[in-house]
Order: sequence, then structure tokens, then C-alpha cells
Amino acid sequence: MPLTNVTGIARSEGDPRVERKGPSSLTGPDRLARALGWFSIGLGIAELVAPGRIARTLGLEGKEGLIRAYGVREIASAVPTLSVDKQVGLASRIGGDALDLGTLALALRSDNPKRDNAAIATALVVGITLLDLFAYFGTKSVHSREPGSGRDYSDRSGLPRGAQASRGLARKDFDIPADYRAEGRVAHAVPERAA
Amino acid sequence: MKALVWHGKEDVRYDTVTDPSIENPRDAIIKVTSCAICGSDLHLFHNLIPAMLPGDILGHESMGEVVEVGSDAKGSLKVGDRVVIPFTIQCGECEQCRKGNFSVCRRTNRKAELADKAFGHHTAGLFGYTHLTGGYPGGQAEYLRVPFADTTHIKVPDGIEDEKLLFLSDILPTGWQAAVQADIQPGDTVAVWGCGPVGQMTIRSAILLGAEQVIAIDHLPERLSMAEAAGAITINFEEESVIARLNELTGGEGPHKCIDAVGAEAHVSMGQPDTILDRAKQMLLAENDRPHVLREMIYACRVAGVISIIGVYTGLVDKVPMGQAMNKGLTFRMAQAHVPRWTDDLLRMIEDGRIDPSFVITHKVDLSAGPEMYRTFRDKSDSCIKVMLRP
Ligand SMILES: NC(=O)c1ccc[n+]([C@@H]2O[C@H](COP(=O)([O-])OP(=O)(O)OC[C@H]3O[C@@H](n4cnc5c(N)ncnc54)[C@H](O)[C@@H]3O)[C@@H](O)[C@H]2O)c1
Ligand SMILES: [Zn+2]
Ligand SMILES: [Zn+2]
Repeated sequence: MPLTNVTGIARSEGDPRVERKGPSSLTGPDRLARALGWFSIGLGIAELVAPGRIARTLGLEGKEGLIRAYGVREIASAVPTLSVDKQVGLASRIGGDALDLGTLALALRSDNPKRDNAAIATALVVGITLLDLFAYFGTKSVHSREPGSGRDYSDRSGLPRGAQASRGLARKDFDIPADYRAEGRVAHAVPERAA
Repeated sequence: MKALVWHGKEDVRYDTVTDPSIENPRDAIIKVTSCAICGSDLHLFHNLIPAMLPGDILGHESMGEVVEVGSDAKGSLKVGDRVVIPFTIQCGECEQCRKGNFSVCRRTNRKAELADKAFGHHTAGLFGYTHLTGGYPGGQAEYLRVPFADTTHIKVPDGIEDEKLLFLSDILPTGWQAAVQADIQPGDTVAVWGCGPVGQMTIRSAILLGAEQVIAIDHLPERLSMAEAAGAITINFEEESVIARLNELTGGEGPHKCIDAVGAEAHVSMGQPDTILDRAKQMLLAENDRPHVLREMIYACRVAGVISIIGVYTGLVDKVPMGQAMNKGLTFRMAQAHVPRWTDDLLRMIEDGRIDPSFVITHKVDLSAGPEMYRTFRDKSDSCIKVMLRP
């Protein structure tokens, strides 16, 4: 929720208003990352408030504490995923996916009566993992510095008379105004050394 | 008309919006011929200042032609005038304007009540820069309403191309003020953190003011190469120790003057572990900015030196070594640029060929490419340093 909802800021009367929205700076992978971030928050809250139900559904009774810890992990990775540094969040989500799959593997054992539920959950997590990977590599590629980074601009001095000849050129008709002087100019105040 | 509109974090769109109109007798409307994206716009792109509304028009570096003038502005402007619009809106009459402190004009912030709460006392109205500074629609658009237009414009002559004049709106006077408020004197060693557009203008200003040695700090090779073009010695902070190099270049005494042209969003990297902690705190809303450069400057600066802050900070910062600053007797100067205070001097230097600010433009595109250019400029891809847009 934008903080502006809290502060009650409103646009002024006469200002231009949007009539038709155009293309956005957000790319597909950016939007996917954002969706995954919100998904993380939703799942994290579910794991925090209803670990017992999740454990029963998957036949993972006794693992409630672990599920709750995973809830904390989901929310912790959602924060960077929803931030400008989405890759940090996505990388931590991918690590989390691996943990989830490892835990679900326990529930896939043949003597688990809820094995089918665990299989469905595993399929879902595999799907989410693929989306996480796609978002990670997607955002990495759309926001990379390549191509054409590191160009040489050493011919762009902006000083038409050359750097050396420009040194101090402003001084001929500009002095630092009195209210901008910061340095001491108080040689007269230095105590005379006794001869 | 078309405009670049803020819709949320990292979401800038090229929208169709209603045209602005004269609302006040001191207003004028200009048809924008050129505008640019600023490093300050990136703070909004990142939603670092939570006082933007979806639908706000961005942009505070614009120039163009006057197409309509309100009755009270007619004395100083007429249809057809060619003007650069400073990013600060000034009344020209209040106590601060009369002192030349235009960016803290007492009368142009129409959301003064909100800003008083946030800042203690409000600052001037600014174009396209959150509701804390008036929520005025910005100039990355085809038309711009200029409030207090009789005092908020810089008349520029025909016969000089937009490229050379546009940056009178912000980054040239901003870089100039960074150097002036450092009180640069001939013989000084000046260190400039950040070689973005503002840092580049600061470096040129320091040379023109007679600095003996200018040291430029960044990690992007293309930006360092542009700093070298003006005769700066460069330090790549990813490859060498900034403090060690600065001491080496100053006989162990440190630079006389240190200038922060980075601000709130210092680069986050393993080499600077404090930035990682700051970034984590930002995500948890426990700190607003990443003041790595501020910390480094205080440590590096010569005793009784001057710290000039022109990079924007937005709010609370942690772990600033105040004891070091106090005991070293440092002077701090900082502000949003008081643009019109410097523009006569700078226009003269452009006209007589002492500086040509167009050197900084690396991308010149149609306004419709704006959303994509926000990304390119933020990602520092394609060796982008400054984007100029044409509506
Ligand atoms: N005070 C004003 O009136 C005013 C006006 C315009 C812009 N600004 C501010 O000036 C700052 C710079 O603007 P810009 O347009 O040049 O933006 P920019 O983002 O293009 O440049 C910032 C530069 O700082 C470099 N940097 C990051 N971390 C660094 C570090 N630890 N040490 C050295 N360099 C580092 C980045 O690599 C980048 O090149 C921004 O904060 C902007 O908001 C202030
Ligand atoms: Zn700016
Ligand atoms: Zn004023």
C-alpha cells in the first residue's frame, strides 16, 4: 500500500490528469518478480498462521515448527523480491524452493496416506521454482549493463579551451560570494613569534 | 498531450494526459522543446521518497518556448520567448529569495503544511518532485505550466542549440554550486565522489574555479573516462582503496575540499559492507538513505576542510562519524541548488565558450522512449550518462 494513502496527499485541482495509459518501464520479468513477491507474502502468512493444517494436509505431522520457520523465510525473501533489488530476493526464493522440495520429498514416502496431496504440492513447487528461475534470469538479462558498457568518453572534456587552459578561467569575472566563503583567511590573527 | 507519468515503483509510463492551462495570473505555459532525466528522478523511480501519487508527471529539467502568459507575468515574459526553466520555483520576493536561497523560497510550495510536518519548515516548490515540494507537474511532457513564471525562468538567446542550454535548468548550476559551496580556491585539491551528470559538472566547475588537483571517484569505467577528459585523476572504488589513494595523492593530508555528488543511493557492494547493512535497513524501513559517501568524506577530508553535499539525501541516516567531523573542524555546506543565483554567470561562460555542457549527453531520443530510458539510465547500461528527450 502506498504510504500516500496514510498521509492523505491529494493532487491539486487544475493539474493534468491521465486520459490514456501508455507503455511502462516495467518489463515482463519485473512484473513476474513482483507477483512472486506477493505470492511469497501470502504463502508465508499461511505457513505462519496455519502450520497445523498444512502439516495434516501433506502428512507432515510433527513438522509444524519447521513449516512456521518456512513462513518466516517466505516473508524474508518477499521483502527484497518486492524491492528494487529483486534478484537478491529471487535468489533466496530459489534456495527456499530447494528446501521446500527437500521437505516435500519426506512426504512422498510410500507409507504416507496423504501421499497424493504431497505429490500435488511437489508439482506446484516445481512450477513455482521454474517461475522463480525464469524471473531471476529474466530480470538479470533486462537489467544488465550490457551491451555497450564501458565506452570511452575521454574525448568529452566539455571545456572547449582544453582542460589545462581552463583552470581558473571562471575567476576572471567570478568570485566566491562572501556568504559562501568557508576557509579561514586570518593570517593577521596568528600570534607573532617572539624574536 | 504526452508526458512521462509516475505510476509506482519502477513504473514510468508514456501517457496521454490533459493539457495544462493558466491557473494563476503569474503563470505561463511553455511548449517543451527539450527535457532530460536527472539522477534525482531515480530516487522517485525507486520510490525512495514516499510522497508521489500515481498519475504525477515527472521531470524538472526542461526548456522551450513560451506559448501563453498570465496577466501578471506579462511584464517579464511574452509569447515566443525562449526559456530554460529552473527546477526550483521561486517567488523572488520572500526573505530567502532576496538572499539568493531560491531552493528554500517561502512562498512557492503549495503543500507547505505537509512539508512543514516532514521537514520542520517547508522548502520551495519544485517541478515533478513529490508532494513535499508542492506536487507540481513536471516537464517531461509536451507542455509545462510554470507557476511564478515572471521569476521562474532563464531567458536564453537564439542561435545556441538546446543541448548547450538545457542543463542551466539543473545539473550545471548544481555542479557549480557544489564547487562554490566548497569554497574552492586556486591550489586546492578537490575530491568529487560520483561521476554521474552532476559529478561531471562539478569536476568542470572545480577546474574553472582554479582547483589544482581534481580527484574523481566512481566505479563505472565510462564515467571515469569522462572525468579524465576534464583532467581529473580518477579512483575506481571497486579496484582500489579510496582513502589510501586520496592520502597518497595529497601527501597524507587528505583533500582540502570533499564533494558528495552521489547522495542517498550509494552503490551497494561487498567491498563496502556498510552499504549492505544500509540496504537491509532501508528494506525494513529502519533507515532512509545509504550514507556511505558521507562517512568516507568525513574520514578522508583534511582537517579544517570543507564537505560540500549536493547529492540528495531524503531522510534519516545512520552511523555518521560526527565525532570525527567535529574534532577535525570540518565545515558542512549543502542544499538543493539555488539555480537562478548562478545562471547569469554560467550562461555567460557558455556564450563565451568557457564551458560546453552538451558533452554529458550520451542518449538523445524521442520523449516516447522515456520509460525505456529510465531503465537504461538506472541500470547504467549502454554506457548511459545523460538522457536528453525531445517531445
Ligand atoms: N542538490 C541538487 O540541487 C541536486 C540537483 C540534481 C541532482 N542532485 C543529486 O545528485 C546526485 C547525483 O545525480 P546524478 O544525476 O549525477 O546521478 P547518477 O545516479 O547518474 O550518478 C551517481 C553516481 O554515483 C556513483 N556512485 C555510487 N556509489 C558511489 C560511491 N560509493 N563512491 C563514488 N561514487 C559512487 C554512481 O556509480 C553514479 O555514477 C543524486 O543524488 C541527485 O539526486 C542534486
Ligand atoms: Zn535534478
Ligand atoms: Zn521566495
